[in-house]
Amino acid sequence: MNTPPSSSSPPLRSSDEQLVGDPVRAPLFGYVLGLADDALVSAQRMSWWISRAPELEEDLALANIGLDQLGQARALLSYAGEVEGAGRTEDDLAYLRDDREFRNVWLVERPQTDFGVAMARLLVFSTWQCELYAALASSTDATLAGIAGKAVKEVAYHRDHARLWTLRLGDGTTESHDRMQAALEGEWPHVEELFAPVEGALVDPQSLRSAVLSRVEEVIVEATLSVPQVSPAIGGGRRGLHTEHLGHLLAEMQHLHRSHPGVTW
Amino acid sequence: MNTWPLWEVFVRSKRGLSHVHVGSLHAPDAELALRNARDVYTRRQEGVSLWVVPSSEIVASDPGERETFFDPADDKVYRHPTFYSVPDGVEHL
Repeated sequence: MNTPPSSSSPPLRSSDEQLVGDPVRAPLFGYVLGLADDALVSAQRMSWWISRAPELEEDLALANIGLDQLGQARALLSYAGEVEGAGRTEDDLAYLRDDREFRNVWLVERPQTDFGVAMARLLVFSTWQCELYAALASSTDATLAGIAGKAVKEVAYHRDHARLWTLRLGDGTTESHDRMQAALEGEWPHVEELFAPVEGALVDPQSLRSAVLSRVEEVIVEATLSVPQVSPAIGGGRRGLHTEHLGHLLAEMQHLHRSHPGVTW
Repeated sequence: MNTWPLWEVFVRSKRGLSHVHVGSLHAPDAELALRNARDVYTRRQEGVSLWVVPSSEIVASDPGERETFFDPADDKVYRHPTFYSVPDGVEHL
């Protein structure tokens, strides 16, 4: 880890003091970290599909989407490190935090080893990211506006990909219809967490709710599926409370860096 | 296992040039074929426009007829406009 850049910076705390029991030292740091972790964890889940997609062409498409998300995560993590001012780099933040220090929503951290689940989740997540980045692109924070302005074109394509597959699977065979519906039912309890209040938010999460839901529901209806009627899950990712799945994901993602600190390709 | 039909992909690398055949891919329908083409063939900024055509729609010449098709052009030198000089700065002629 780097030393603090100047004597005026706050002293670097030991890693297990960082964030734990301290929800957000700077509200903006916590907010940016949450968005970064959403993209990072989603990218890691998407990478599971590499070599496992139904066709070579889909394999490449999902890899491209995962890499787009990873690019967004890197830019956001670097900026979060800058805002924090403690000298942490994107790698420090990605590889040297434990699950309780991650701020991503539950939607993105659970396994997605069924293609229908992957597409249902991508539909929700990318539609939310579309609205979020479009709003952030005109925010007063120039760095965040720049990152969002570039990312909005990427996530619009992700959304289109998820939409086309949702339409084909929903309005396909009886089996594909049933599995797509089941996938939506499984993801739906985790939709509300995207709109929960966040300290330091530059775009009020609640303000995105109606646009995101109506755009997703439009696709669901066109795909001859039904909008799930289920109660929201508890969530808590923004406060560092996660499902058991995140720890396993991080173990795989962080293993190399923790075994060989500072390793490069 | 693979029941998706084959599509031929053509990429226009920049404005003013023609679409050029770059390869083929599998896709369940035209809409997804176009998107697969984007992901497979234009990841490194290779193009500004894409065409996809069902491979089954392409009528190809028979390799066995190559001689009768193409050899007669061998000695028709008068068909080549090589007697004109091309001004400097004219590209893609």
